Amino acid sequence: MSTSVPVVDRGAKPSGGNPRFFRRLLRRPVAIVCCAYLAVLVGVAIVAPIAMPSVNSQNAGDLFGANQLPSWSHLLGTDTLGRDVLSRLLVGDRVTLVGVVEALVVVLVLAVPLGLAAGYLGGWTDRVVTWLADLTFSLPAVVIIIVVLSVFPTSMLAGMATFGVIAAPGLMRVVRSATLPIREELYIKAAEASGLSRTYILTRHILPRIAGVVIVQASLLAAVALGVQTGLAFLKLLVADPAPSWGGMVADGTSVLLLHPWLIIPPGATIAVTMLALSLLGDAVRDAAVESWSAPVRTKRAAAKAAPASAGTTPPAGALLTVQHLSVSFPGREQDVRVVEDVSFDVAAGEIVGIVGESGCGKSVTAAAIVGLLPGSGRIDGGSIWFGGKDLARASEAELRKVRGRTIAFVSQEPMVSLDPAYRVGFQIEEALRRHRGLSRAAARDRALELLRDMHFVDPGAVARRYPHELSGGMAQRVAIARALAGEPELLIADEPTTALDVTVQAEILELIRELQMTRQMAVLVVTHDWGVVADLCDRVVVMYAGQIVERSDVQSIFDTPLHPYTEGLLASNPHLEPEAATLPMIPGTVPPPGSWPAGCRFSARCRYAVAACAELEVAIEAPYQGHETRCIRYGQLIKA
Amino acid sequence: MSTHPLLSVDHLRVEYPVRNRPPFRAVDDVTIAIGPRETVGLVGESGSGKTTIASAVLGFAPAAAGTIAFDGEDITGAARDRRRRLSASLQVVFQDPYSSLNPSRTIGKTLSETLRPHGSPSKSEVAEQVASILERVGLDPGAADRYPNQFSGGQRQRIAIARALIVRPRLVICDEPVSSLDLSVQAQVLNLLRSLQDELGLSYLFISHDLAVVRHISMRVVVLYRGRVMEAGPAAVVYNHPAHPYTRALLQSAPIPNPNLQRARRTSRQRSTPDLPSTVKPESCQFAPRCPWAVDVCREQQPPEELTSEGVFVACHRWREFAALPGGGADWSGPRLRL
Amino acid sequence: MVRQVAATPPVAPRRSDRTAWVPDRAVLVRNPVLRVVVRRCVMAVPLLFVVSALTFVLVSLTPGNAAEEILGTSATPAEYAALNRALGLDLPLYEQYWNWLRHALTGNLGQSIFTGQPVTQAIGQRLPVTLSLLVGALVVSVVIGVGLGVFSALRGGAVGRAADALALVGFSLPAFWVGAELIVIFAVWRHWFPATGYVSISDSPVGWLHSLVLPVAALSLYGIASTAKQTREAMLDVLASEHIRMAWANGISPRSIVFRHALRNASMRVVTVLGLLAVGLLGGTVLVENVFALPGLGSLMVTAATQHDIPVVAGMAVYFTVIVVAINLVVDLAYVWLNPRVRVR
Repeated sequence: MSTSVPVVDRGAKPSGGNPRFFRRLLRRPVAIVCCAYLAVLVGVAIVAPIAMPSVNSQNAGDLFGANQLPSWSHLLGTDTLGRDVLSRLLVGDRVTLVGVVEALVVVLVLAVPLGLAAGYLGGWTDRVVTWLADLTFSLPAVVIIIVVLSVFPTSMLAGMATFGVIAAPGLMRVVRSATLPIREELYIKAAEASGLSRTYILTRHILPRIAGVVIVQASLLAAVALGVQTGLAFLKLLVADPAPSWGGMVADGTSVLLLHPWLIIPPGATIAVTMLALSLLGDAVRDAAVESWSAPVRTKRAAAKAAPASAGTTPPAGALLTVQHLSVSFPGREQDVRVVEDVSFDVAAGEIVGIVGESGCGKSVTAAAIVGLLPGSGRIDGGSIWFGGKDLARASEAELRKVRGRTIAFVSQEPMVSLDPAYRVGFQIEEALRRHRGLSRAAARDRALELLRDMHFVDPGAVARRYPHELSGGMAQRVAIARALAGEPELLIADEPTTALDVTVQAEILELIRELQMTRQMAVLVVTHDWGVVADLCDRVVVMYAGQIVERSDVQSIFDTPLHPYTEGLLASNPHLEPEAATLPMIPGTVPPPGSWPAGCRFSARCRYAVAACAELEVAIEAPYQGHETRCIRYGQLIKA
Repeated sequence: MSTHPLLSVDHLRVEYPVRNRPPFRAVDDVTIAIGPRETVGLVGESGSGKTTIASAVLGFAPAAAGTIAFDGEDITGAARDRRRRLSASLQVVFQDPYSSLNPSRTIGKTLSETLRPHGSPSKSEVAEQVASILERVGLDPGAADRYPNQFSGGQRQRIAIARALIVRPRLVICDEPVSSLDLSVQAQVLNLLRSLQDELGLSYLFISHDLAVVRHISMRVVVLYRGRVMEAGPAAVVYNHPAHPYTRALLQSAPIPNPNLQRARRTSRQRSTPDLPSTVKPESCQFAPRCPWAVDVCREQQPPEELTSEGVFVACHRWREFAALPGGGADWSGPRLRL
Repeated sequence: MVRQVAATPPVAPRRSDRTAWVPDRAVLVRNPVLRVVVRRCVMAVPLLFVVSALTFVLVSLTPGNAAEEILGTSATPAEYAALNRALGLDLPLYEQYWNWLRHALTGNLGQSIFTGQPVTQAIGQRLPVTLSLLVGALVVSVVIGVGLGVFSALRGGAVGRAADALALVGFSLPAFWVGAELIVIFAVWRHWFPATGYVSISDSPVGWLHSLVLPVAALSLYGIASTAKQTREAMLDVLASEHIRMAWANGISPRSIVFRHALRNASMRVVTVLGLLAVGLLGGTVLVENVFALPGLGSLMVTAATQHDIPVVAGMAVYFTVIVVAINLVVDLAYVWLNPRVRVR
């Protein structure tokens, strides 16, 4: 069950090595510019030494015209021995690029197969390869390369190949750690279960998946190799005079730095621009590879909030929380996409209300919107959220911070990741207590232990000392609830609090929530997809479908007499109620995703009671009975059946 | 049953090494048998070993003790070649529809590669088989040219089923196949699995933590806890008259979608100790630390598997006393909805 | 009167007294800090062997030998042979290595074939220079880099993009070129800092700092850029994580969230990269020392390698390896301190 924010064009997880990837890459102007520049470099590398064959062996030019600044005859000036800087730069391109390529080839040839083998085969292979890599990693690269170069003086192949060998473990580690999760992917297991050979799986399944990672690392590595090559050339260890190289030209310039500072600029600038191009390309490649992921959460709310059309200005009396005509949208490719539309419900003090629906109906987004916790790109674009006399939909971040944790608390689905893994859980509860209650350290510690005892922990002290990864799922969820209660909230929003837990643990948590409701008169808003949880916990129920509320009632009525075909169909297809039957009654079709909601009733395409009128007009919520509302014009049929 | 069962797991033990400590037994002394056209459900919570059993049968986890036999032939520790031939009759459908299909390959490629190890049919034959199996699972044959990310979770799960069935296996291991799906889609997939079983004469080893789903689809049920079988028998009997305290706790804990009934039965639920110890010694009953009825013998001796009069195997020292208790069973199936 | 001193039995030494300083095996296995230290030290031993043997062999493979370098090309074969014998260079390679090793294990790394200076002394004179440069660049990189990274992660938008662009530029400028430019600007045009040369800290602390400003700046530009980028990315990732979202939801103050929770988790990732950076900077010191004419290990190494001065090269290899091992050890320890998940078991 996905409770994450729906993104309109949700693509697959990062892929690499297929044609779509290159198309995505080339859509970015940055990538095009960099590729073009590098192509030019390659072209020059091939052509220049052929077009200007004398430059490589030119010991000196016109000595009287040495150290000249740029002029028409020498576009970049002349160096200390009177040679033309521009032609030396162009000819030196080949040497530089060849060095980079040599290093890259060595690294790739070593790292990719070894990394794949270590990651996929595991066991001894993994241990041996990792140990070798650790050893190589700890070698002092500088010493080794310089010594190798003294054995093979001015042999660029030796120098760059040595660098390649020393840099290979880095890439190997990356390949290995990219392979490990892929190995656990279920389609690999399915392929193995189908009897496909290991070579096939490695080359056809795993290699394409890590291609993206390898390409990114390779482009970054190319930049590093360029740095190493130019550095070694600068030390005059790599290229024999008088052949030009960019690093060597910088060295030449440095020797006359104080008198003629211009000379180091052309080669230095060329090196810098090339490195820039390689780094930018690496970034672009990486962005293209993971493009289909949704945007990360921003720390601050979206700055501008458009004033919603139908805004109430006075808070309604009575309920603790009143949500009126709430709408939430997320930015899509071309325009904003509504994910939640016209949602209204309220929660009275001390009451448990459940929002039920399937994935993509917008229930989690609704819950998050109440405390202003939409992922950075989402915004409330309509309606109000009345709580404590204030409209939270219009409140500033500062005002919301006063509410969060203090009067409204939040507990989410995955307890193991909702606590900070770096701190002990007791500390995290104390932190909340000190923030909301202003307690001293000692008082906070005592109160934290009290809270843990309320959560039915037998030894609260021992639990408080643990880190989140040392707790089981049920324990972590209870700790999360304890932290949420630190501020003595009036309303607890629980987003799928038991979905990730075992059945027996789930029962404990449900009982705990009920107990909290009774002892603290705390209202609870539960978001769930499990009708059993609804039956156990809730006083009233709100059913959502495709971003809208389709039914609202007290809990018994919704089970006894559902007044919306979706609710009815959902309840009927629950296998709990049809243990013996051969076929479960089912709802045909699938939910329309946000962005493609039909006009008229959104469920009509799948509804067995639908008539023509259903698809034409938007349906408003009506209340055929006191306390039981439905968004269906055909509810009469359900009562008859 | 006159012939041998299709899949026979006998006293299987699967261990994982732990540094400086005795190895961790993920599965201990488990015996399961599945016949042709039969569905056996494995139900248990996390850590029960149910997925490990599937891994062992498929050859992903080595058996430390015990045997696994398919169609009478011992396949414990089978070599690669044998596994390849076996995959024509033994297939698997996994839980996560997003991870069980390679996102960078088309559906057609994924389906056809399952056929690869079993002879090389011609391209047109392969295409035909792909198209026909796609139709059979309720998808349009044009889907073969699309990528997984263009399908919903329910549709992907159908594709996963298609992938398992394209070789016409005899036994399909379903490891939590509907757990990631919405309720409405779940019904579709369960119905599909049922009808395919009827049509193709399949057997299923159906693994799930969802009691209602297992109850609905299984003929026999095996209840696992911490790697051991607590109870095993015909589904209706186990659910209506659970003989083992753990089964009882499990059934009582799962909330049923009926408010009045659920609130009434809440009060009768037995609370078990919430905080588990991390290791329980192999000689004791694994449920003893949490069992409200545990006595000394439970902590010292592993309970033997005994057969009750209703044909249920139960591993509990005190099962006879519980059977005699009034209201022994959990009220499992609530009243049906009016439709 | 004879005072009788009661004969007291000798106090048996308590077990804890005797063995208190020896940690028992259980402690070794469970204490994560000790485990890390022991592991690194254990790995360092074969490493040192490999490195020293490797450099020994490589240097011996170089064409020509030390005798020729010393005497020039015009000496007679007899003179070469005599010098070779005197220097012990006529022995087979493994014997030469074994002799070196024996002495090395007692702390005697031999003498330079050229200058006759004890290797430890030759290296020891230059070590502080390189270390000052390395540590200085590291400190600057971490302090400024992390600060910039956090700042740009929080700001987002235009500031974030500007920070990205700056980091990119920082990556691309080669350290030796930057050094040269800094000399031109700050030493030649402005005379604020010395162009070349090094003042040791014992001579004048202020002078020492003064002579290090430009070299450290040149070397740390890359470090700042790299650290800032890594920090920014790690922070953005962590800030998007579920436990941060829950911290917001439960009203934890923004300052706590950023500096206590996010930064702590982000630094786990940054620390591992810092180790790599340090090793890279070590290589960079050779270039920067060249530009600023600092009497550090880099120039000694280049000279010794070209002169086939085996003891010096082998000695440098040992020192550098120790430095790298120390860097990795610090990184490991920092990681263990930051990440509770690796501490147990």
